[in-house]
Amino acid sequence: MRSKSFGEIKNISKHFTKKESLEMFKKMCISRNFEFNTKDAFDKGYIKMPIYLSVGEESVSSAISIAYKKPHIFAQHRCHDIYLAFGGEIVPLIDELLHKPSGIAKGMGGSASIHSPKIGMFGHSGLMGDQIPIAVGYALGSKQKVLAIMGDASAEEDYVISSMGYAASKKLPVLFVCTDNGLSILTKVAVRRNWSMVNVAKAFGMDAVEITDDPWLIMHHVKKLAKNLPSFINIHTTRVLWHNGTGQDSEPEWDRFKIVKEDLKNLGLEKQALKIEQETKEFIDKLWKKQLKK
Amino acid sequence: MEETTQKMTVAEKISQITRNHLLKNNGLALGQCLTAVGWVGGTIPHLSEKEGLVELSMADVSGGGIAVGAALAGRRPIYIVRYQGFQWYNAASIVNYAAKSKDMWGIPCPIFVRSIAMDGAIGPVASGSHHSIFIRMPGIVVCAPMTPNEYQQVWNYFMEHDDPMYISEHKKSFPIDYDMKDIIKPKADVTIFAISSTRINAIEAVKTLEGNGIVCNLIHLLWLKPFVINKKIIASLNQSRFGGLILDGDFENGALKCLAFDIIQKLTGSGNKFKPIKTLGLEERSAGFAPHLDNLPPTTGKIVKTVEYIINSNGKKN
Ligand SMILES: Cc1ncc(C[n+]2csc(CCOP(=O)(O)OP(=O)(O)O)c2C)c(N)n1
Ligand SMILES: [Mg+2]
Repeated sequence: MRSKSFGEIKNISKHFTKKESLEMFKKMCISRNFEFNTKDAFDKGYIKMPIYLSVGEESVSSAISIAYKKPHIFAQHRCHDIYLAFGGEIVPLIDELLHKPSGIAKGMGGSASIHSPKIGMFGHSGLMGDQIPIAVGYALGSKQKVLAIMGDASAEEDYVISSMGYAASKKLPVLFVCTDNGLSILTKVAVRRNWSMVNVAKAFGMDAVEITDDPWLIMHHVKKLAKNLPSFINIHTTRVLWHNGTGQDSEPEWDRFKIVKEDLKNLGLEKQALKIEQETKEFIDKLWKKQLKK
Repeated sequence: MEETTQKMTVAEKISQITRNHLLKNNGLALGQCLTAVGWVGGTIPHLSEKEGLVELSMADVSGGGIAVGAALAGRRPIYIVRYQGFQWYNAASIVNYAAKSKDMWGIPCPIFVRSIAMDGAIGPVASGSHHSIFIRMPGIVVCAPMTPNEYQQVWNYFMEHDDPMYISEHKKSFPIDYDMKDIIKPKADVTIFAISSTRINAIEAVKTLEGNGIVCNLIHLLWLKPFVINKKIIASLNQSRFGGLILDGDFENGALKCLAFDIIQKLTGSGNKFKPIKTLGLEERSAGFAPHLDNLPPTTGKIVKTVEYIINSNGKKN
């Protein structure tokens, strides 16, 4: 079922404006370059704590942030990309990873428990999936739009499933997202369960879809799902690097970043995309260099 | 915030506080089966979901998380857990999120956890107090009010601070409409410290012991964490010839031993005489349903015997 084209709708990228496509791509570039710099700093020994990188998965948060604006955000450990996609400031996240008091959580959050009141993002406690009931409670208490992001393994926590059921029963304004890289550390999803989250969500009476990580496809569905909350989207994506740290065991099942660049070329946006890619890289590299020197 | 001062029971006080919180503070109260057992022993006001009385599903682990989320949203939720034994499932988000949020991110998460105990009577369902599992974790305030005034005091603290709070309630407190004063005598033999429902038995035990010629001080412990060892505690122990005894309705291997140790540490090396402190709580075994297999907080008889034992094993009263 996992594939680079699962759930694909032909020519879906053409349904979006040039501006939306390039904004989405820029977010992907920010996240990817940020993570490569994090990897570099880690490999050189500047970072002395566990890190959870999102390389390969960046299309998910980048697309969602365009289609689902200004939610209160509850995510888990793999969250640099989410923070950045929703407009989190870059330097305080670099500082957080470098254990500085000027970090976004003053060093308490590290890589896995970052937060930002500015963008409405709450920190994670380290218990996988506990952000989902908390997100549901936040929606219950605030009646405001919430984004609740889980991994394919956290989705298996009983409290995730039961709180999704509660959100459905009480019609709470939550978009549930499963960033499904098919892995719980190293254990593949098929070893862990014979059921799918999309069926669980549908059984709760929610609108729910299961797709690949094509960012235009994600934007298309999220825009629709956002009209009838709570709803659920399961997105198959690939984690390129280790669960924790910077190693790489094998080539990813597909390279979404490369595919997106091809798609942009087909949309006649090759030049602009290349410029964004280069400028973003230079910009992020410079920021990291500066913070590392301090 | 001060509620009316007319005489009322603890149950009426809790209900009144909850009603005001929901209707005047935009507060929330959440829990399971809130209309059951006569609206949780008469502690729940008859309000609707729209007014903020929210019925949760039976999923205990996510229920705790949902209440924590409501706290982050600024609703200062009252989270009702009808048996303290259910905290094994509910505690996770309370101690691992609400209690850490301020330290981790500077984001307070004030949640008022009403956790209700009773004295045995339901076999292994762990009906006793379970405040010990919370006392072990940083970032949460733990207390065990037994009187309407204590309950008001605890609520005022909650509204004036932004800490998550674990309120170790006891069903036996619900009909109580009077204050429980500490008993301090000039020359006591033993100081008894009592928590939650054991306070009721302790009051009886002090009377019985007095009849047997044994003088006891009795100090009621409302605030369990942070546990402040005040001058009264030190003076009372210094003046008690044979030491102290702490009573609890939770298992002995819990808060009891922590509190006893804290007191002994405070006494040691500060010019005070060393005083032994004994503990008495639920026994280290599972409770069964048959009455003779139950595991109850120390009875009046057991308290009396233990005080006599403390005296006898410390060189008898002459
Ligand atoms: C309650 C809990 N159980 C187990 C763990 C250990 N653990 C940390 S991350 C992880 C895998 C999470 O996988 P997933 O949710 O799919 O996210 P991913 O790492 O793939 O992004 C596990 C099992 C934990 N931190 N918390
Ligand atoms: Mg995973």
